[in-house]
Amino acid sequence: MDIWGLFTDYTIRNVTLGSAILGLVSGGLSTFAVLRRQSLLGDAISHAALPGIGLAFLFTHNKELMILLAGAFVAGWIGTGLMTLIIRHSRLKEDTALALVLSVFFGFGIVVLTHIQKLPIASQAGLESFLFGQAASLVASDVRLFTLISLIVFALIALFWKEFKLLTLDPDFTQTQGYPIWFLDTLLTTLLVVAIVIGLQTVGVVLMSAMIVAPGASARQWTDRMGIMFFLSGFFGLLAGTAGALTSSFVEKLPTGPTIVVYLSVIVAVSVLFAPHRGLVAGWIRRRTANVEIFKYTVLLALYDLSRHHPDERHGHSEKVIEKTLPAEVDVHKILQALETEHLIQRVNHNHWIITAEGLQKINQLNSEHVNHD
Amino acid sequence: MTELQLDIQILAIVVAAACALPGVFLVLRKMSMMSDAISHAILFGIVIAFFIVEDLSSPFLVAGAALTGLFTVWVVELFNKSQRVHEDAAIGLVFPLLFSIGVILISRYAGQVHLDVDAVLLGEIAFAPFQRIIIGGWDLGPVATWEMLGILALNALFVVLFYKELKIATFDPALAATLGFSPVILHYALMTMVSFTAVGAFSAVGSILVVALMVGPPATAFLLTQRLSTMILLSVGIGSGNSILGYWFAHWLDVSIAGAIATLIGLVFFVTFLFSPQEGLVFQMWRRRHQRQEFFIDMVLVHLLHHRNTPEEPEECHPGHIAQHLNWDTDTVEKILHKATHRHLIQIQGDLLRLTPDGEARARQRLVE
Repeated sequence: MDIWGLFTDYTIRNVTLGSAILGLVSGGLSTFAVLRRQSLLGDAISHAALPGIGLAFLFTHNKELMILLAGAFVAGWIGTGLMTLIIRHSRLKEDTALALVLSVFFGFGIVVLTHIQKLPIASQAGLESFLFGQAASLVASDVRLFTLISLIVFALIALFWKEFKLLTLDPDFTQTQGYPIWFLDTLLTTLLVVAIVIGLQTVGVVLMSAMIVAPGASARQWTDRMGIMFFLSGFFGLLAGTAGALTSSFVEKLPTGPTIVVYLSVIVAVSVLFAPHRGLVAGWIRRRTANVEIFKYTVLLALYDLSRHHPDERHGHSEKVIEKTLPAEVDVHKILQALETEHLIQRVNHNHWIITAEGLQKINQLNSEHVNHD
Repeated sequence: MTELQLDIQILAIVVAAACALPGVFLVLRKMSMMSDAISHAILFGIVIAFFIVEDLSSPFLVAGAALTGLFTVWVVELFNKSQRVHEDAAIGLVFPLLFSIGVILISRYAGQVHLDVDAVLLGEIAFAPFQRIIIGGWDLGPVATWEMLGILALNALFVVLFYKELKIATFDPALAATLGFSPVILHYALMTMVSFTAVGAFSAVGSILVVALMVGPPATAFLLTQRLSTMILLSVGIGSGNSILGYWFAHWLDVSIAGAIATLIGLVFFVTFLFSPQEGLVFQMWRRRHQRQEFFIDMVLVHLLHHRNTPEEPEECHPGHIAQHLNWDTDTVEKILHKATHRHLIQIQGDLLRLTPDGEARARQRLVE
C-alpha cells in the first residue's frame, strides 16, 4: 500500500481518522485522570459500560453505534455513581469500590451478551468485538459521530479550562473560591465517561483504561505545565491510537486494543526513561555528575589535611591512603585524573600525590562558599 | 442434579473459598485493585508457560504464571519508588501491557494454543470437570477441583499459621514494624497467595470473576462484622453461597456461569450495603432521622423548662410561637409536639405547653449532659 492509498482507501481512511480522534480525546482527558489520581477509574468505567452495550442492543435490536454507545454511557455513569455512593456511605475504600463495580458490571455484561447470543436473531454477531476492539469495523458515519462528540468535548474543556485546571491541581482552593465543585466534578467525570465510551469499539472494554492512563502518565514526564501536558497527552493518544489501529488493520489476527496498548507502553517507557528533566536516564546522569564533584572535593580535602599534618610539604601520599576516603565502588584513578587535568593535584612519584597551590586556592574558595551558604 | 452439575458446583465453591482468603486481606489493606492487575497480568505468564510445557494443568504452568503476578507487583513498586507516576497509574500501566501481549500471542498462535480469548476473561467452568484424574480405573474427580483444593489448603494454612502477623500488619503496620515483622515479606507473601489463587482459578472462572470473588464477598462481609475471624468465615460462606446460586441462575437463564456468579455477588453486596444492620444505608438514614427528631424534642423540652414560671411564659410556651422561636417550619413543630405529647413528655393545658414530670426529668438530664 503506498502513501496515497492511506487517504483513498475507504476502510483505512475511516480507521485512521476514527482512531486518531478517539486517541486525541482520551489522551486529552488522560491529563485530568492522571493528575487527579483517577487512573483506575477509567478501568472501572470501561468495564461498567459493557452491560449498557448489551442492554441497548437487547431493547432496540439495533446495532447502530450511536445507540450502543448511549447504552454504554448510561451504564458507565451508573457504575461511577454507585462507586461514589459506596465510598461515601460505607467504610469501604475507593480501591474496593472500583474492583467491585468493575467485576460485577462486567460479569453482568457477559450475562447479557451470552443471553443475546442465544437469541434467534441474525444481527447480534459482532458485539463481542467490544471486548478487545476492532478498528476495521469503523465506518464513515462512526467517524462523523466521533468528530462531533470530540468537538463538543474539546469545546467544553476550552470553556472550563481554568476551572478544570484549578479543580485538578487544588480542589480545596477551588472550593474556597466559591466555584461549584459538584458541577465541575460531574462535568469532568462525564467527559471522561464520554471519552471512554467512544474508544470502546476500537480499543475494547478490557484495555480502554490504558488509553486513560498511559498518555497522561507519559506527558507528565516531559513538562510541569498543565497546558503543555494536555496537548502532549492528546498527541500521544493520537499517535498510539492511529499506529495501533493501522497495524491491526494490515496484520491479520491482531486485535486492535492490545496493539494500541503495546504502542502506548512504548511511549510510556521512552518518556519515563528519556524525558529531559524527570527522565530516569537524566536523573542517573545528574546524580553521577554530582557524585563525581563530591568525590573530587573529598579527595582534595583529604590531600589538604594530609599535607597539613605532614612536616614535609612535598611528601607524596599514596593512592592506597586516598582510596580509603572514598566509597569502595568508586574508581580512585578516575577521580585523581579529573583533579590532575584541572591542575589541582600533582603526581610526585609513582602513585603518590600532593595538592598544588591551585588546589589550596580551590579549597579556600569552596570553604568560603560553604560559609556563605550557611 | 447430574454428576456433572455437582462437579461444577463443588469446583465453584472451592474456587470461591480459595479466593475469599487472600481477598479479605486485599480489601482490608486497601489493595483490591491488585487482584485486577494480577489476574490480568498472569495471562502473559500462562501463555508463555503454555508454549513451554504445553499443558494447561501442569504445576509448572501454575508456578510460571504466578511468577508473572509477582513480577507485576514488583514492577508496580519499582514505578512507585521511581516517583515518576503515582501508584494507581503504575498499576494501570503495567497490567494492560502484559495482558495485551498475552492476548496478541493467543490470537496469533490460536492454532497451537488451546486458549480462547473469551475463555481468558470468562473461563469456562462448565468444561472444567471434563479433565479428570483417573488412577487405576478409579475416577478421583476433576483435575481443576483437586488443583484448587490444593491452593485452598495452602491459603488456609498460610492464614492460620500467620493469622496474628497478618492481623497486626493489616490493622497496625507501625506496631508490626516495631515488633519486627517485615512488611515487605508479608506483602509479597500475600501477593504470592493472590497470584497462585488467580492462576488456579483462571482457567475455571476467568480473570474477571477472580476479581469479583476476591473482592465481592470480603467487601460484603466487611459491612456485616468488625471481627477479622468472622469476616473471613463470612467471606467464604458468602462466596460459596453466591457460587451455587449463580450456577443455578445461569442454568435457568442459559447464560455464562462466571457472569451470573459475578452478578449475584454484586446483588448480594448491594442488598447488604442498603440493609446491613450496623452500616446499611437505609439504617444509617433511619438513625440520622431518629437522632434529628430526638434532638428536636430535647430542644423543645429545654425551651419549655427555661421559660417555665417566667413572665414570658404565656408567649414563649405557646404552641404557635415555638416555630418562630426555634426557627423551624410549622410542619416540623407540629410533628415534634405530637411525638412529645404522645410520649407523655409534654401536655397541653389550655393555650400553654407544659412539661410533664418525665419531660422535666429529661430536659434537666440533657442540661446536665
